[in-house]
Amino acid sequence: MALFLARRLGKGILVLLAIVVLNFFLIRLAPGDPALVMAGEAGAGDELYVAQLREKFGLDQPLPLQLGLYLRSILSLDLGYSVRQQMPVGRLILDRLPATLLLTGTAFLISLTLGVALGALAARRAGRLADTAITALALLFYATPLFWVSLMAIIVFSVRLDWLPAFGFETVGGGYTGLARAADIARHLVLPSLTLGLFFMAVYVRMTRASMLEVAGLDFVKTARAKGLREGTVQRRHVLRNALLPVVTLAGLQAGTLVGGAILTETVFAWPGIGRLMYEALLQRDYNLLLGVFVVSSAMVLLFNLVTDVIYRVVDPRIEAAS
Amino acid sequence: MVRLIVSGAVVLLALAGAAVAQAPKPGGVANAVIQPEPPGLMLGLLQNGPTQMVAGNIYEGLLRYSETLEPKPGLAESWTVGPDGKTYTFSLVKNATWHDGKPFTAADVLFSVEFLKQTHPRARGNMAKVTSVAAPDPHTVVFTLSEPFGPFLGVFEVGSLPMIPKHVYEGTDYKTNPANNTPIGTGPFMFKEWKKGSFIRLVKNPNYHVAGRPYLDEIYWHVIPDAASRAVAFETGKVDILPGGSVENFDVPRLSQMKGACVTGKGWEFFGPHSWLWLNNRQGPTANKAFRQAVSYAIDRDFARDVIWNGLGKPAIGPVSSSTRFFNAKLGQYSYDPAKAKALLKQSGYKGETLRLLPVPYGETWQRWAEAVKQNLEDVGIKTEIVATDVAGWNQKTSEWDYDIAFTYLYQYGDPALGVARNYISSQIAKGSPFNNVEGYSNPAVDKGFAEAAVAVSPAERQALYDGVVKTVIEDAPVAWLLELQFPTITRCKVKDLVTTGIGVNDGFRDAWIER
Repeated sequence: MALFLARRLGKGILVLLAIVVLNFFLIRLAPGDPALVMAGEAGAGDELYVAQLREKFGLDQPLPLQLGLYLRSILSLDLGYSVRQQMPVGRLILDRLPATLLLTGTAFLISLTLGVALGALAARRAGRLADTAITALALLFYATPLFWVSLMAIIVFSVRLDWLPAFGFETVGGGYTGLARAADIARHLVLPSLTLGLFFMAVYVRMTRASMLEVAGLDFVKTARAKGLREGTVQRRHVLRNALLPVVTLAGLQAGTLVGGAILTETVFAWPGIGRLMYEALLQRDYNLLLGVFVVSSAMVLLFNLVTDVIYRVVDPRIEAAS
Repeated sequence: MVRLIVSGAVVLLALAGAAVAQAPKPGGVANAVIQPEPPGLMLGLLQNGPTQMVAGNIYEGLLRYSETLEPKPGLAESWTVGPDGKTYTFSLVKNATWHDGKPFTAADVLFSVEFLKQTHPRARGNMAKVTSVAAPDPHTVVFTLSEPFGPFLGVFEVGSLPMIPKHVYEGTDYKTNPANNTPIGTGPFMFKEWKKGSFIRLVKNPNYHVAGRPYLDEIYWHVIPDAASRAVAFETGKVDILPGGSVENFDVPRLSQMKGACVTGKGWEFFGPHSWLWLNNRQGPTANKAFRQAVSYAIDRDFARDVIWNGLGKPAIGPVSSSTRFFNAKLGQYSYDPAKAKALLKQSGYKGETLRLLPVPYGETWQRWAEAVKQNLEDVGIKTEIVATDVAGWNQKTSEWDYDIAFTYLYQYGDPALGVARNYISSQIAKGSPFNNVEGYSNPAVDKGFAEAAVAVSPAERQALYDGVVKTVIEDAPVAWLLELQFPTITRCKVKDLVTTGIGVNDGFRDAWIER
C-alpha cells in the first residue's frame, strides 16, 4: 500500500508540472493581455501607460524566461503575485477557498446521501410508483440547466415567498457572531448548495438504481436469500455494497471539481468563491492568478483520484489482490 | 370663498410637504451595487469606472462640476483665471484633513500633479501645457501654462485629478505602496473594509471639511456578478441604489416601475458617453467616403434607442455630445434614409464583400444592438458577420486595427479638446490603445482646427473653430455616430440628493441622505 501511494504521488507531481506548462501556454493563446485589459477599463491609455503595465506584469520578458520564473516559484510552493489585485495569489486563493469548500462540500454531501438513498429505494421498488416518481424527478434535474434552476429558485424562494436570502455568503452589515453567524451563513447556503447538488444527485440516483438492479440478479444474491437473510440485509449488505463501485468512481470525479466546479452557481448567487475568482481572472487575463487556480484545482483532482483508488480497495478487496 | 380657503390650505400643505422633504436627516446606511468588482481603490493608479464610483467618496478633486458643467468648489474654495488665460490661481479650503488626520495643503496639490503625470494617462495629457505649479502659501496653488488651454478649468474633477496624500506616497514606489490597499483621501467617506467578492464598506468621515456633511453613516457597495441577481437584489430590498449600467437595459422599465423606485438619467453630463461605429478608414470598402456615409444613412437610431435602449438616450448627430461644450444642434446631417444609403453604396463601388462587425462585449444590450445594426446594413445591401470576443479580445482587435466595423463608446469629459479630438486627429493614430484615433482618419484641416480651438481664449472663437471642424468631420464620416448613451441610476425614492452634479454617482455620496 505504501509503495502504491508513493508511486502514485510521484506520478501525480509529474502530471501537475505538465499541466502547469500546458496551461501556461494555453492561456497565452487567448487574444489580449492583462495590460491591455487594464488600459481598456481605464477608458484612456497611451503607449507609455500600456508599456508600464506590461513591465509590471513581467510581460516584457521573453516567454521561456517567464515560464522558467513561474516554474521556479511553483517548485518553491509560491503561486506568484497578482499585479492586478495587488496581492499574493496564494492569499487570494486561500481567502476564497473556505466559501467554495463550504458550498461544494455541502452540495457533495447532499447529492451523495440523497442520491444513493433515493437510488436504492427506486431499485427496491423497481417498476412501482415510487420508482417512477424518483426516476422522473432525477431525469428532470439531470436535464435542466443549472443556471435556470438557480434563477427559478431565487424567484420562487426569495422574491415571491421571501423565505431565503437570494444571494451572498452572509448578511452584509448584519454584525452576527458565533452561532447566530453560523445560522445566517447556513440560511444563505441553502439555495446555492441545493441547486448545485441537484444535478449530481440525479446522476447518483440513476447510477445507484441501475447498478443495484444489475447486481440484484446475480447468483450470490440468490444465495444470500436462500440462506434466509432478511430482505433489508440482503439489499444493504449484498446488493448495495457491490453496486457502489461505479458510484464511488463518480463521487471521485465530483470531488475533483470541489474547488473549481461551481462557477455558475457562485456567479448567480454572488457566492465569494474560487470559481468566480477564476472566471474573473480569465476575463481579465490575470495570468498568475488563473494559473494559480488551475494548479490548486488540478492538485485537488489528482488528490481525489488517489483517494478514490484507495476507497476502491476498501470497498472491493479484489482490486488490491489483482494489482 | 370656500374654494379660496381650500386652495390656500393645499398650497400650505404643499409648502409644508416641501419643507419636510427638503430637510436632510443625518444617519442611515446606503446599500449600492458595484459592477464589476474594482481591481483596487487607489484612484491615482486606477482609472476604471468601478474604481472611480467607489473611490469618488474617498478622494476629492479641487473642483466639482454642475449639470451644465460650471465649476463648483471642491477642495478649492475659489479660483481666478489670469487675463491672458495662462495662469490659474486656486485658494484651497483651510480645514481639510486627510483621513489619517494630517492637514491637506498646497504641497499635496503639487505632489499630486507630479504623481498623476507618471501614472494617469488622461492627467498626463491634461497637464501637458502646464509649465509650473507653485504654492506661494500653504493654501494657494498657481498653475502656469505655456499657452492658453480652453478646457483647463474642466480638468480638476476627482477622477481626472484626484488629490493624493504626499506624506503617504512621497519617496515610495507608488504602485507597490501598501497604502494602496487602505486608501487615504480627504473625501466625505473613509475606507473601512473590503471583503473581496462580497462587499466594500465605507464609513463617514467625522472630520470632513464641509460642516454637517456627509449625512450617511455608512455605505456598503455590494459585489453581485450576475445581472439578473443584481435586479433581484433591488427587488428584494437588499440594495437601494443601482448606479448606471448595473442592470441590463431590459430590466430598467420593470425596476423603475416598482413602487417606491425612482430613476434618473442625470449625472453623466460631464462624461457624455457617446457611441459610434469605428469604420476602418485604412482598408476595404470602409476606406471609401461614400460607403461610410451610406453606413451612417443605413442605421435606424430611433429604433435602437426605443427598442434596444428602452427609450433612453438620444441619437448622436455628430462627434460632439449635446451635453459637451460647443455642441451645435444645427450641424447634424445623417438621418435614417435607406434609399440614400443604397444610392451612395452604388456610387462607392461596393462589390458585396463581407465585413467583420465587432460588438462591444459588455452584455446582452450590446449584442442585440449589433444584431440590429447588422440587419440595418443588410437591408441596404451591406454584408456583415458578427465577430464574438470578450473584453480582452475586443481591446486587442481594436487597438491592433483588426476589424472592419467596430462598436465603441467613449467619454467626452465636457470639452471637445479633452474627449472628442482624440478620436479624429492624426497625431492620435497609434496602435496599442483602444481610445485614440482607432479608425485611422486623417485630415490636415481637422488637425489644424482642433489644435487652434484648444488654445483659443474666447469661447466665441472656440465655438466658431469647432463648428468648422465638426462640419468637415461630419461630411467625411470617419465613423458612424449612433447614440448619446444614458445610464439610468435607479434608486429607492427615500434616497435623496444622490445625484447633484454633472459627475453624478461618481462624485461621491457627499450630499446624499435617506428619508425616514
